[in-house]
Amino acid sequence: MTDSPIDRPSAGAFAPRSPLARAGFWMREQWRAAAESDLWYSFRRSPVTIVAALITLIFVLGSIFAPLIAPYNVFDPGANNLMDGLTPPLGDSFSGSSYLMGTDLQGRDILSTIIYGSRISLIVGVCAVIFAAILGVSLGLAAGYLGGWVDSLIMRTADVFLSFPTILIALLVDGVARAVLTGHRAGDLAVYVMIFSIGVSTWVQYARTVRGQTLVEKNKEYVQAARLVGRHPVLIMLRHVLPNVMGPVLVIATLGLALAIITEATLSFLGVGVPPTQPSLGTLIRIGQEELFSGSWWITIFPGIALILLALSVNLLGDWLRDALNPKLR
Amino acid sequence: MAAFIIKRLLHSVIVMLAVGFVAFLMFNYVGDPINNMVGQETTVVQREQLREQLGLNDPFYLQFLRFAGNAAQGDFGLSYQHRRPVEDIIMERLPATLELSIMSALFALGVGVPMGVYTALNRNSVLSKVFMFVSLVGVSLPTFLIGILLIFLFAVQLQWLPSFGRPGVVDLGWWHTSLLTWDGWKAIIMPAITLGLFQMTLIMRLVRAEMLGVLRTDYIKFARARGLKNRAVHFGHALKNTMVPVITVTGLQLGTIIAFAIITETVFQWPGIGLLFIGAVRDADIPVMSAYLVMIAFFFVVINLIVDLLYFAVDPRLRVERPGASGGH
Amino acid sequence: MSDPLLKVEDLRVEFPTRRGTLVAVDGVSFHVDQGEVLGVVGESGAGKSLTGSAVIGLLEPPGRIAGGQVILEGERIDNLPYERIRRIRGRKIGAIFQDPLTSLNPLYTVGRQLVETILTHTDLSLSKARDRAIELLQEVGIPAADRRVDSFPHQFSGGMRQRVVIALALAANPRLIIADEPTTALDVSIQAQILALLKRLCREHGTAVILVTHDMGVIAETANRVAVMYAGRMAEIGPVRDVIKHPRHPYTIGLMGAIPSVGSDVERLSQIDGSMPRLTDIPTGCAFNPRCTKVLDRCRRDRPDLIPAGTSEVACWLYDDAGAAADIPAAQPAPGVAHVAG
Repeated sequence: MTDSPIDRPSAGAFAPRSPLARAGFWMREQWRAAAESDLWYSFRRSPVTIVAALITLIFVLGSIFAPLIAPYNVFDPGANNLMDGLTPPLGDSFSGSSYLMGTDLQGRDILSTIIYGSRISLIVGVCAVIFAAILGVSLGLAAGYLGGWVDSLIMRTADVFLSFPTILIALLVDGVARAVLTGHRAGDLAVYVMIFSIGVSTWVQYARTVRGQTLVEKNKEYVQAARLVGRHPVLIMLRHVLPNVMGPVLVIATLGLALAIITEATLSFLGVGVPPTQPSLGTLIRIGQEELFSGSWWITIFPGIALILLALSVNLLGDWLRDALNPKLR
Repeated sequence: MAAFIIKRLLHSVIVMLAVGFVAFLMFNYVGDPINNMVGQETTVVQREQLREQLGLNDPFYLQFLRFAGNAAQGDFGLSYQHRRPVEDIIMERLPATLELSIMSALFALGVGVPMGVYTALNRNSVLSKVFMFVSLVGVSLPTFLIGILLIFLFAVQLQWLPSFGRPGVVDLGWWHTSLLTWDGWKAIIMPAITLGLFQMTLIMRLVRAEMLGVLRTDYIKFARARGLKNRAVHFGHALKNTMVPVITVTGLQLGTIIAFAIITETVFQWPGIGLLFIGAVRDADIPVMSAYLVMIAFFFVVINLIVDLLYFAVDPRLRVERPGASGGH
Repeated sequence: MSDPLLKVEDLRVEFPTRRGTLVAVDGVSFHVDQGEVLGVVGESGAGKSLTGSAVIGLLEPPGRIAGGQVILEGERIDNLPYERIRRIRGRKIGAIFQDPLTSLNPLYTVGRQLVETILTHTDLSLSKARDRAIELLQEVGIPAADRRVDSFPHQFSGGMRQRVVIALALAANPRLIIADEPTTALDVSIQAQILALLKRLCREHGTAVILVTHDMGVIAETANRVAVMYAGRMAEIGPVRDVIKHPRHPYTIGLMGAIPSVGSDVERLSQIDGSMPRLTDIPTGCAFNPRCTKVLDRCRRDRPDLIPAGTSEVACWLYDDAGAAADIPAAQPAPGVAHVAG
């Protein structure tokens, strides 16, 4: 690093050499900056945000430790007592087992299905966001840096994507993927198809943000200088562009997570998402809807409430992030 | 103005061509069209004959031109699933979706605009805060859950409204409507609200933000300084200026509403094109999917054009060429 | 002198903020006689525009009148309910704002805006109101007024638009017009025309004007009397000729020194060191004391009120002893700025 002052990272003067250590160093710097900023201050001052963060944390922990927390193993057919089917919440079950949120037709404990369902929802949501972010950041960087027809192509495509609702694009991608994968045990790949569909339908915002920042950085001296000393400009720019877009990307990603969770639930509800063998919250709601008319409301209402809580909490976190970061960014 | 419209038209044509191209790729290359048409017992020779007959061996651009030409005439071939011409199925189901979408848009506008105006004019009232919170929840609520909650409340618990279907349809020959019967009206209430709720919250927030902005402008201050009545200032001057961006968003949202009808129609088993499309996605019915894609794109493009024209109606600055202004800036 | 048209007494305008209350206008008193033009000058942030807004009851929330009185034709108007002050606006007090480009609603023809103003304040029929609108446009010098009445604001040039704004302000024949920087946004060549128009119309209609501006030249040309504001307070008020020729308050003296004048052989313009304090930290005593070249101990301790000095009134301890102040030759300003006073 000492040989060229040009590509000194903005984070600090003593950047370690190995990429991994550098990344860690960078993260620590970011973290320190965050803790010192008024981010933490505004967080503490907003009770709504604290509650939203707590709920999100509960969902995340519940998903990670699902097998330990869930009262019943709902994926083991032997563990379900068919005789306990449609037990109301805290109602008397045939076998005498107690179910906080009741059971479904097959006697599965609703609370446990919700815990496992949230797990699937969160996994798909988080993976879709990561996929969309990588896709969007790369395309945005390419568009901004290369310019010309590449830029035009990417940004015009982005415009077309923007003019259609996320859910529609996700449905189309999903539908095409299904057509391509017919016969290839589409069910097994369903989770990946979902991640892909949702990711592809939400990359545009990342690309636009990154492209804008890249255009700003592109003509700065250090990029020219880096080129002169034979360093690859893209790598240099990545290191300068990324810290600058970290805030907006984080906001987009957080709000995007809420959107991804809702989109996943919607697709699953429509019956084109994850298969019933791995039910997400949306699948549970779809299955439960059929029992709604027979009075077994808990099968669909409780997963519904879980979904609302999760989506609303993540949305609130995103809103808070946007408000807290925006004054500095604009 | 003419130049502007021509430019927009050209843009629309390009978008349609792009979408048409995607639809064409789907149509021709995803899944083998021949396989979906013939049975297992068809021989290779027969298949090849069919290929030739359908023009599937023609050059790429010729195939695309043919596809575009057919699509322009509404011909998207046979549905794999229904074994009927796609355009027949779509025309059968279009009225249901359009009626639902228009009712939703009217609901969203009719409730969203007054709520937005109210919250802008009474920023600190308790009711405004309630509206704002409800709108935040509304944004976070997935459409299908709203539908289910409405069904649970009004169909299962209270039993006021039917939970699914489109009863009371009257055939007018060129159109069949459910808006001429009491049963039809009762059945459309919940789907329309479900579909329009998100747009309503969006419009409300937009109107509020725009109105607050307009209320801070000089011409509003000047209007007050002239002693105009509050009503004239708020509704004569502020609201009309607020409407320019609202028209854009509402117009664009109308397209979104038609697309989102997929979900609402599934929840309420509403026999429109959304339900058709979701069936097509489930069963990989490519002709229906590509037809739906082209049709939705067409709606979007037409709506965009109408929005552009509405601008001219609302904003005189766009209507008349600027005279050679002297002085000032 | 008979009862003044407008009397403002000890006006105080506050802005509650999270970090405490800002006092933007602090104890300002003045009056406006029938038909006269009172110029109000000061730097931006001196509180001159807010004073105008307060008089007409159009302070933008959270700004509010926290003390004092505004009396129009013997009637107190600062505490009237909304509907009553609304009736006064336009009919008794008109207003003209800085930017003619933004003062007119872009979506309505000027005729419509005029007619609605006329109908609000009179019982004229629609067609009579339209005739009156055309008449007003003619009066402010819009050519082909009967055709232009149906034009939209964007079809007029900046100067023409400001003429329309003046027509709108005069539509109901108010007794007083508050003109807040009416020419600042215009081309220099147009400014003089608009000022001349405003002056002529007000003379013809017998309308008094409060002319808020930061441009001493405008005041010199247009006003009868001038009020100088500094940091939300009144520094000096008096006949315009007197204040310009013989400024008394050190701030006014500095202000005059900063104006170029043709024919004077002054080598350079003076400037006042420092800048106006922010509303959050106005010094105790006289607000000008940190920048004043003739500051006394007392200036840092006590706040001066307006003290009569010659034909003017000055808020400055230098003139505390009324007799002594009158004796101070006007041509003997502060030594620091003496070289520009001529």
